[in-house]
Amino acid sequence: MSPLLDVRKLGVHYVTGRGTRITRAVDEVSFSMEAGETLGIVGESGSGKTTLALSLLRLLPTAARFAGGEIRFEGDDLLTKSDREMRAIRGKRIAMILQDPMASLNPLFTVGDQVAEPLRVHERASRQSAWGRARELLRAVRIPAPEARVREYPHQMSGGMRQRIVGAIGISCEPRLLIADEPTTSLDLTIQAQYLNLLRELQKAHGLALIFITHNLGIVAKMCDRVAVMYAGRMVESGPVKQIFDTPAHPYTRALLESIPRMGDPRQRLTAIDGQPPDLARLPSGCSFAPRCPDVVDRCRTEAPPDVVVASTHAARCWLAAPRAGSAGR
Amino acid sequence: MATPVIEAKNLSKLFPVKGGFLGRSQGVVRAVDDVSFAIAPGQTLGLVGESGCGKTTTAKIVLGLEDPTGGIMRFEGQDLQSLDGSGRRHYRKSVQAVFQDPFASLNPRMRVGAIIAEPLVTNEKLTAGEVRKRILHLLELVGLPERAAELFPHEFSGGQRQRIAIARALALSPRLVVLDEPVSALDVSIRAQILNLLRDLQAQLGLSYLFIAHDLAAVAHMSHFIAVMYLGRIVESGEAAGLSQAPQHPYTQALFSAALPSHPDERREEIIVAGEVPSPLTPPAGCRFHPRCPHAMPRCSTEVPTLRPQQARLVACHLFD
Repeated sequence: MSPLLDVRKLGVHYVTGRGTRITRAVDEVSFSMEAGETLGIVGESGSGKTTLALSLLRLLPTAARFAGGEIRFEGDDLLTKSDREMRAIRGKRIAMILQDPMASLNPLFTVGDQVAEPLRVHERASRQSAWGRARELLRAVRIPAPEARVREYPHQMSGGMRQRIVGAIGISCEPRLLIADEPTTSLDLTIQAQYLNLLRELQKAHGLALIFITHNLGIVAKMCDRVAVMYAGRMVESGPVKQIFDTPAHPYTRALLESIPRMGDPRQRLTAIDGQPPDLARLPSGCSFAPRCPDVVDRCRTEAPPDVVVASTHAARCWLAAPRAGSAGR
Repeated sequence: MATPVIEAKNLSKLFPVKGGFLGRSQGVVRAVDDVSFAIAPGQTLGLVGESGCGKTTTAKIVLGLEDPTGGIMRFEGQDLQSLDGSGRRHYRKSVQAVFQDPFASLNPRMRVGAIIAEPLVTNEKLTAGEVRKRILHLLELVGLPERAAELFPHEFSGGQRQRIAIARALALSPRLVVLDEPVSALDVSIRAQILNLLRDLQAQLGLSYLFIAHDLAAVAHMSHFIAVMYLGRIVESGEAAGLSQAPQHPYTQALFSAALPSHPDERREEIIVAGEVPSPLTPPAGCRFHPRCPHAMPRCSTEVPTLRPQQARLVACHLFD
């Protein structure tokens, strides 16, 4: 069976200064995911994770250009679709939840109108049946008294309720893939826990594949089956969550995991990563992490490392990564 | 125990809410309600709680940016109300703050040297040479090169800017620094650098910290004591390691169980509390947590629980009466 989503050597460049400056925001990124799977894409600001998410929906800003590669979704290459065909896919087969629910909801329309809109557009549902579905969806995302709430406006809801409404819009047309870009950063802890559990239930109920774009490794540990780590536009490591947390193969992943304070951790000092994330417009030659890497060797500074298959579904872009004994690598 | 650097006794802050026709008073928000705590020299108190719990108002009272409507604040044993002008000035110099966003808290038109020197120039009579010496010393303390003094904030990354903000906070040799979400605006790979720096500075200078953050693991890592707030009240307080690993109050339990795991195998018993934090304008009667509490009893809706000693800490819950 072919995977639900298969991204091959995708490149996205920002072209500025009348074509004189090129920033490789996404550089030769490859990954694939199956139906019903949860993938976490982690990285810091400027690592290209949001650009990658937007490119999956072809919603890139005007300065961005696709620079090769393909995005196969259910077998079709999305990069060859017309704008009209893309409009039929967005919101219907691939949906997205953004970080700030207040910015993704229109303050001038009722909640019911906004939840019903994708159904009206994609499924040509009548107003009455779309509103009926909207009430069901609000109930599914645990909005109390949905009959009354459909007629209210976003400003009458709390932050947690707004984010659940955005979730209801996301699943309204029963997409195959839901992309969530930092969906809980604006929520309080107990509300975040409620929301993540809700997403997991919706995923089970609808067989959704989920992509979490986040900087928070805790969300990955809690929610994801697989994880991909981005650094300076490249995917430096990817694999099953448990394997990556137990035996990370890339020094950046390892350093990141060690730098995070843990509950019940007796360490007096955290293991800090020296230096700063690089400026994408002025990347070092060779491996982008080399200037901060604790294990750096001469070769790292001159030659970009290849993708090394560490174990069957675990790869790392590092000169020091080696296939592990006992794994059925290739 | 040594005299606490700062001590709050039954502190409260009420905000009148005006609205409607002719701005009639529509009640009060009890942002901080009967809160007591103390921070000893060289120690960190972590303050946790969700939005609207009153932790920012508490920090503002400590910084002297808001006057409490009730209760007593003591600085090094002295009641703040009784301080005269010079005592008040000494207090303001001794309590400094580092805020969340180093992109907003540094003036983009000032050179870093001038930013760090500003508190010195306005508060102390120093010669230009002395100021210069202090600036270089402060830059060294926070791990920035000498030449940083000549540059502007935009020439620095987020982590370096936060170092500048810390240097400015230390310029007047404070006793207490209020750290309001000091790393949440920073990149993940930079956070550990700043947390380590803050701990090193504490050990080196004997600073006390009031640490406010929503990342519970970071609070547990940084703090000696933790106080948990809910709708203006402290519901539990105690030693950091014990409280974070075996919380007693049902709200603290729910809060810490909602913290994200640090490893996929870490399966905590999840206590999902229903509903959301009620409006502080109309807080529930009795225990403010009772409408969401999985252990609520009839008396919880009528009687306000007080903080009582419970296994080496203080818990405000009828379950332990």
